[in-house]
Parts: sequence; C-alpha cells; structure tokens
Amino acid sequence: MSPIQLTFLAVAAFSLVSALMVVTRPNMVHAALYLVVASFGVAALFVLLGAPYLAVIQVVVYIGAIAILMIIAIMLTRRIASEDLVVVNAQAGWAAVLAAILFFSLLIILGGWDSFGALAGELPPGSVDPAALGEALVSPQAFVIPFEVASVLLLAALIGAIVIAWRSSRAGG
Amino acid sequence: MLDNWLFIGIFVLIAAAFPAAPIIINYLIAPRKPNPIKQDTYECGIETVGDTWVQFKVQYYIYALVFLIFDVETVFLYPWAVAFDRLALFAVVEGVIFILILAAGLIYAWRQGVLEWT
Amino acid sequence: MTIWEDPIKFLNDWLAGILNAVVDFLNLPAGTTNFILNLIGVIIVATFGLLLVIFLTWLERKVAARFQDRFGPNRAGPYGIFQSFADMIKLITKEDITPTGADKISYNIAPLLSVASVILIWAVVPFTATWVGADINVGVLYIAAVGSFGILSVLMAGWSSNNKYALLGAFRAVAQLISYEVPLFLALLIPVLLARSMGINTIVEAQGTWFVVLAPLPFLIFLTSSIAEIGRTPFDLLEAESEIVAGFHIEYTGMKYGMFMAGEFLHAFTISVLTGILFFGGWQGPMVDTYPLLGVVYLMTKAFIVYFIVMWVRSTLPRVRIDHLMAFNWKFLVPLSLVMLIVTALLDKAFEAHSLHTWILLGANVVVALITVQILRVTGRRKEKELETFPKRPVAVPPKEEAPA
Repeated sequence: MSPIQLTFLAVAAFSLVSALMVVTRPNMVHAALYLVVASFGVAALFVLLGAPYLAVIQVVVYIGAIAILMIIAIMLTRRIASEDLVVVNAQAGWAAVLAAILFFSLLIILGGWDSFGALAGELPPGSVDPAALGEALVSPQAFVIPFEVASVLLLAALIGAIVIAWRSSRAGG
Repeated sequence: MLDNWLFIGIFVLIAAAFPAAPIIINYLIAPRKPNPIKQDTYECGIETVGDTWVQFKVQYYIYALVFLIFDVETVFLYPWAVAFDRLALFAVVEGVIFILILAAGLIYAWRQGVLEWT
Repeated sequence: MTIWEDPIKFLNDWLAGILNAVVDFLNLPAGTTNFILNLIGVIIVATFGLLLVIFLTWLERKVAARFQDRFGPNRAGPYGIFQSFADMIKLITKEDITPTGADKISYNIAPLLSVASVILIWAVVPFTATWVGADINVGVLYIAAVGSFGILSVLMAGWSSNNKYALLGAFRAVAQLISYEVPLFLALLIPVLLARSMGINTIVEAQGTWFVVLAPLPFLIFLTSSIAEIGRTPFDLLEAESEIVAGFHIEYTGMKYGMFMAGEFLHAFTISVLTGILFFGGWQGPMVDTYPLLGVVYLMTKAFIVYFIVMWVRSTLPRVRIDHLMAFNWKFLVPLSLVMLIVTALLDKAFEAHSLHTWILLGANVVVALITVQILRVTGRRKEKELETFPKRPVAVPPKEEAPA
C-alpha cells in the first residue's frame, strides 16, 4: 500500500472515531469539541484529494466560525454545561439493525464497481486552484447568478437570525 | 504539491508535541502537594456561590453570528481576488455588488442597535 | 554552489545524499528520505520559533521598561539576558495545581493548542526566496485557519477551569477575538488582491513596490486588528489584571501558564513578521538574489521594527473599554475595510496597466482617510453637542447660614 493510501486510512479512521464520539458523548461540550476534531479530519481528507483551498476553508468556516458558534450556544443555554444527556433511547436496537443493513448494502454496491480499489488520479494542474474557482464564480457563463444569490441568502440569514435573537431578548429571554 | 502539505502534516504533529515537552518536565519535577483549599476555584479569595454558569447574554451569540456571515463572505471573496487578472471590469463590479449586499446587512444590524455591547 | 551562496540547499543536498545511501542500504521505502528531510525541517523551524520566545521575553521587558523610564531586568547576567532562563526555570518548578472539577482533557489540551496555533504559522513564512517550510498556494487563508485554533483554545481554557470568572473572561475574550477577525480577513484580502495570489512567497515576489505604499490604510487596519487578535494593549481586556483577574487563564499554574504567555509573545512577533512579509516586501532587499542569507536579515529587521512599534503602542495607549472596543470594530474598522476593499478593487482593475498606478492607489487611500477623519469629526462634534444639551445636574449647595437664634 502506498503512503498516500496509508495516510488516507489513518485520517479516515481518525475522523470516523471522532464522529462516533460526537454522537455518543453525554457531555455536550465534549461532543462539540469532537466535532471540531472530525472537521479537522475532513480538512485533511480534502488535502489528500488535492483540494487545499477547500481544506483551509473547512477549517476557517467550520472550526473557526461554526464550531465556536455552537460551543457558545451550548455554554450559554445549558444551565450547567456538564449536564449529562440521554444518549441511547429505546429504539437503539432497531436503529443499529437498519444502519447495518444500509452499510452492507452500500458495501456490496460499491464492491461491484471496478475502480473501487484504485487510487485517486492526479487532477490536471490548474483545475482546482483558487484562481480558476474565482473566475468561475463571476463569469456570466458559469456561476455568477448563484454567487449573487448566495450573498442574498447570507443577508437573509443575517437578518433572520438578528430578528429572532433580538426580539426574544427584548421579550425578556 | 502534496510534499508541501506533508511538511504541514508533520508540523501539526510536532507543534502539538513541542509545547507538551516543558509541560511534561514540569509535571515530573514540580512538587505535588494537593490540598483542598489550594485546589478550590478562585473567586478573589472568597467561597464560590452557585454553579459555574454564565448569564445568557445575546450579545455573544450576535457577534459570533455576524462574524460567521462575514467569514463565509470572505471565503467567496478570496477566489474572486485571486482571479483578478482574468476578470473583466464587469466581473469586478459583480464582486463589488456582492460586498455591497452584505454591507447592507451590516448597516441593518447597526441601525437595529444590535451591535452595541449592552 | 558554494556554502555561502545557498547554505540550506547545500545542506539539503548533502543530507539527501547521505540519507539516500542509508535508505538504499537498509532497503526502506522510497519516500523515506523525503520524509526525514521534512521532519528535520519541521524540527528546525519549530525550535527556532520556541527559542525566539526566550529572546522576545527579555526584549519585551527591557523595551517596556525603557518606555517607562526605568531599567528593566539587569541583575541576571549582563543586561539581564539570563532573565528569561530564570523565569523559565521558575515556571517549570512551580507546582501544577489543577482545580477540582476541572475537565481533565480540555484543561490540559488548551495551552498546547494555544502554542501550537502560533507555531504552525511559521510553517509558511518565507525566510528567503527558496527557504520556505511549505510553499502552499493558499498560505494566507492557512494563517487565518490556524488563528481559529487559538480562539478555540481560549474557549476550552475558560470552560474547563470550572470557574465562573474564567468562563466569563473566556467569553469576552472570544467575543473580542472573533470580532477583530473580520477586519483582519478583509485587510488580508488586499495584498492577495494586489498580488493576485494567496501564496505567501508569491505575494512577496509580487511586491515590486511595497504594498504599504499601494495600500497604507489596509496596512493600518491589519496592524490594528492583529494587535487586537493577540490581546495586547490597548486591547488587552483578555488578561487585564485589574479587571477580571487574568481572565481565562486564572486557574493555570506552572508551565501551562508559561505556555500561554510564551504563545502570546510569539504571536506578537509572528504578526510582526507577517506584516513585514505582506506589506513591507518580506525578504526583498539589495543583493538578496546572490546571497539568500541576506533575505533572512532583511525580514528579521523589518519584523523587529514592526515589533518595536507594537511594543511602543503597548506602552503608550491606555486600555480600551469593552463597549468602545466592539464599537471601534463593528462601526469603524469593518466599514472602513469594506470601503477600502471596494476602492482598491475598482481602481486596481480600472488602472491596471496605467503608469500612474501606484500614485492612484496611494491617492485613493489618502482620500478615503481624509473622508473618514472628516466623518469622525462631524459625528464627534454632534455627540458633543448632544451631551451639551443635557440639563445641568443640580449641584449640592450648602444650607444658608442661619443667624444664631
């Protein structure tokens, strides 16, 4: 096995284990911190796939903004932040069976694909560098309408969240 | 290209290990005399009252939220800035429109008085 | 090439030769030489960063003392140069008190994460044209990404200490840090725009004219936001001893506290290096093509000049109150950086190949600065008038002396 495959397996296992910890920790802040670790693993996977720009964006947006927002929300709204949550409920058994069926059927489908064991090929140089992405974002033949719609979407998110948070605090939250 | 990231990958591991070395040395050679008074939480010398929690202040959430919006905006703006050579003036104006739409959001937040630290 | 012309490449080739022979002899996989050379490079850069801290703490105390018209440490060795070693030995031998109820894992990882997030920046710093740890094409965003780990470490430290004041301090610290990241990212965007690339070495090489000439206002915004990011006066509410008793690292003792402090000093120097790289031309200077070693000298000189300015600001300006801090960021820095971004982008595109390109951008910066000062003056005057129209508060008047009955 080539070093890249070994690295991929290590990073993927690392991400999967931390994702598992996210959903099984009873302490919510711990779960949020494991989410940070899982996001870091995903960023490492992006690097291995040859998309470094996406990797740094993953860290900047997910770890630097979203995870911090979530941790702030958790710490502010749990009266005692180390309260223990219920992690497993009554349907856990059925859920495990369903998940196992899904996993094995996916495995069988993918196993029938010829290139399952092949390494990812090299991307042609210059195809994912940020300059190409930037040009695609604003060129009229490519993605300029989604680009501008994204800004309107962000504006709507900002205004919506401000309205919800501010009114509830005015009402005495 | 991956070679550069190998450097960074090794650097992440070493950067996590290097500060651990003095801390481990500290753990090994420092005296250890635990004592319930010493290990009590610090509150200017008096006993703590109540659990450790912080009064909910919507300001923290608002700042984090506005930061998130502007963070995502800069994520869109960096490729636009890098591709500057290949863009016509029209494309630059499109980027400027993007910035102005989000600046309108900032002005809205400003006028609503949301950005004050009450 | 001789050893003077390019020492690192000379050493690199020599080591690669030896390692290749060893690898062939022992039949190890092919990439091992590369891996070991990278490992040695990493260890050199990380050690350089940590050793720099020792020098920086001494420098900081001496310079701050001189600004305050006193000598600073001068007992431990000539000019007090062994003071940092004494401090380090003291911190290492202090007892490591963990408060009851502290969350073990987060409590121990927070100082590591804090220092790691600063050292990781040194991986992309170009010391000269060919000596760069990792010449990645997204260097600028990598720096932003690594900074976010520092913010996370503050939050972890405050929460895991099981102390209300640590948590409160951590929240205020995080509010300050994330607020000032917005103008930081926007000001970082301007050198990227002018150099058409996010790679740091490319930005240095694109500086025919230094970017501080093309964009002085973004330079000031970047410097101000960086000083706020590292938690220095005038923005050091994060650890103001008189206000919230050391904030989020109240419960840290011994070397863990030492790591937080070391991380802070190194961060201050790191942003000086980054300012030198992004705005002052980095390793560029006379004769740097033939003698790459001079590039390191130029970069360190520029970095130390900016670091001196940071220390100067620290010793001169008083601490800013938290609501003024936030208002300064959201109502002044962010709109200003957005305006500068729009102005620079439009003018740079419109006058791309013009001969007066530099003067036009410089002139635009001056015009925006003048307009900003004018706006500030008008709003300041309006606020003063508002305060003047307040009715005068009644002053206590002593009762009239009564004639003795």
